[in-house]
Amino acid sequence: MYKIVSKEVLNPTVTKMVIDAPLIAKKAEPGQFIILRTDEDGERIPLTIADYDRENGTVTIIFQIVGATTNKLNSLNEGDFLQDFVGPLGKPTETNGLKKVAVVGGGVGCAIAYPVAKKLYDMGVEVHSIVGFRNKDLVILEDDFKSHSSVFKLMTDDGSYGEKGLVTNALEQLIKEGNRYDEVITIGPLIMMKFVCNLTKEYDIKTTVSMNPIMIDGTGMCGGCRLTVGGETKFACVDGPDFDGHLVDFDEAMKRGQMYKDFEKHAYEESCNLLNKEAE
Amino acid sequence: MANMKIPRTDMPQQEPEVRAKNFLEVATGYTMEMALDEASRCLNCKNMPCVGGCPVNINIPDFIKMISEENFEGAYQVISESSSLPAICGRVCPQESQCEAKCVRGIKAEPVAIGRLERFVADYHNENNTEKAVKPESNGHKVAVIGSGPSGLTCAGDLAKKGYDVTIFEALHTAGGVLVYGIPEFRLPKSIVQKEIDNLKDLGVKIETNMVIGKVLSIDELMEMGFEAVFIGSGAGLPRFMNIPGENLKGVYSANEFLTRVNLMKAYKEGSATPIMQAKRVAVVGGGNVAMDAARSALRLGAEEVTIIYRRSETELPARAEEVHHAKEEGIIFRTLTNPTEIIGNDDDAVTAVKCVEMELGEPDASGRRRPIVKENSEFEIPMDCVIMSIGTSPNPLIKQTTKGLETQKWGGIIADEDGLTSREFVYAGGDAVTGAATVILAMGAGKSAAAAIDKAIKEK
Repeated sequence: MYKIVSKEVLNPTVTKMVIDAPLIAKKAEPGQFIILRTDEDGERIPLTIADYDRENGTVTIIFQIVGATTNKLNSLNEGDFLQDFVGPLGKPTETNGLKKVAVVGGGVGCAIAYPVAKKLYDMGVEVHSIVGFRNKDLVILEDDFKSHSSVFKLMTDDGSYGEKGLVTNALEQLIKEGNRYDEVITIGPLIMMKFVCNLTKEYDIKTTVSMNPIMIDGTGMCGGCRLTVGGETKFACVDGPDFDGHLVDFDEAMKRGQMYKDFEKHAYEESCNLLNKEAE
Repeated sequence: MANMKIPRTDMPQQEPEVRAKNFLEVATGYTMEMALDEASRCLNCKNMPCVGGCPVNINIPDFIKMISEENFEGAYQVISESSSLPAICGRVCPQESQCEAKCVRGIKAEPVAIGRLERFVADYHNENNTEKAVKPESNGHKVAVIGSGPSGLTCAGDLAKKGYDVTIFEALHTAGGVLVYGIPEFRLPKSIVQKEIDNLKDLGVKIETNMVIGKVLSIDELMEMGFEAVFIGSGAGLPRFMNIPGENLKGVYSANEFLTRVNLMKAYKEGSATPIMQAKRVAVVGGGNVAMDAARSALRLGAEEVTIIYRRSETELPARAEEVHHAKEEGIIFRTLTNPTEIIGNDDDAVTAVKCVEMELGEPDASGRRRPIVKENSEFEIPMDCVIMSIGTSPNPLIKQTTKGLETQKWGGIIADEDGLTSREFVYAGGDAVTGAATVILAMGAGKSAAAAIDKAIKEK
């Protein structure tokens, strides 16, 4: 069992939890993920590591409430326990040899982009962070990014905060202003990563994306997390989750992500009903 | 004197049309009378050919003789001398190509049902023995076992009995490895696996779940933590695919994923949190035990039509004869000498059909089996909404990547000698991680020899 040390609501649909997991905290690196189960009958869900504290032995996760399991997870509180918490899985984000990097995060993906930006910034890399949200209410980690970036751009779809527009608008502007990036690292919804990659392809900038497909064991056994990269089948859990964004087949990944949409919607509604009943 | 008159005793089982709709065990096991009848068929041959057919050399005539004498616990003790998991092996061993293949009774008629008798003895013991295993006095030496499948459980059990302080590190949330995530409930009830695991715990074995060795801890770190030897029983790894178009469409599973969802994640239970596709027409590609398990699980989940697609002929099917027989009884369709060339999907990327070619058998290939060759102009399509690929696995890369000096084969299997010793001192390996996908009994045998070798190596240190 793994104790929830603290819980913080970042916005109405995004929650941050700090979990007591000393062995994982000791090894975790930005870009890696964990798999958790809330209870004995729960699903295994992968979540990318948002932060870690080696001294205090904790690992931070930030998740969006999208389905039954994240809903159940969100119903737990400080002092409660998770049934299972396993990691660190996947390969860390490659940071060697980089001098100037644009980190592009979208929505809850910013939670994963942040530790990468932080690590690069602490290594002395020039970090330009571009983060995008649908609206002001959904903004997370603004101060964290600000304090770990030399340039910080915040975009909202509706212009309710920061600049109005998409992350690709801001990235293109920075490139046009003459910024030469060794690499663009982008983490967010598949559609956003796809468009970032389309843009950076035009400018011939190496781009790394972090994939978050459906997964079960996360250790290289089930093959559920497979995706096509450069025409080859790769497994996100052991070959990734980071891949060369210019080689990833995003259209296929988007369709695969929808495989259990109906089941998930039903399960989510059930879980909402259950939790509401408990609250009554 | 052996009873030459009675034929081989049939195994009682659920009727095919009933069991095709439930996940309860198919074969319900011999009664005492049946076991006595079957045991009376044994000739008790002096040269014991059956023992030579057993990968762990169980003294088969001896345990069958004890059954005849109604000394069932004695029979269990005889099996236990060589096998750690009799209730499991009695159910999943391919006896027809091992012990029973060598049985003299099989020359003129049918061999003695050794596997069924083994199962009877083990189940009798589990039901009637109330004595808990006692933790032996500690010898002060610590050994780590990676993986809790058949090889790991066996290695851990044998070492614990010798007084070693053994810790098993399991990557998943439940111990048992393939016995839990792979083999379905209707063939191997999980309560039987749990019994073996509880037995190990009584012997003092510690089991740490959620520990992915190679990630959270390396083998070198285990050694630094005071483990004097490590046994790697990490099992088979990533599923193989055919590299044909359409394999990433929605509705295409690896057998590992499909079975893991059904077994480990309990999608077979109503109201489970685990999503699984409710397919009507399912194709399973492959002819091994895993393919049979996947096909029969799909049927039990409510599929209307399940087809096994296998590129060689029926004679070459690698699955246990009994599984093929059961699958056919349940209505699984076998399309042998058939090979998929493409999986076809609709606009939404969901599977709609499998394109196949017919095959014929040519000259024997490297495996000694006749090589399947494509028949010209034989292409055809079968409508399907789900395809399960069950064509094998390649070893998990995690331990290899993080263990310096651990040599592996080109295809990824860990190189180990007869005792299981790898290229690293005090690091042993066995089971599918070494051999590639094989059987429970071979993995168990490897765990056994490694335990003996580890004991010797530590004592000689």
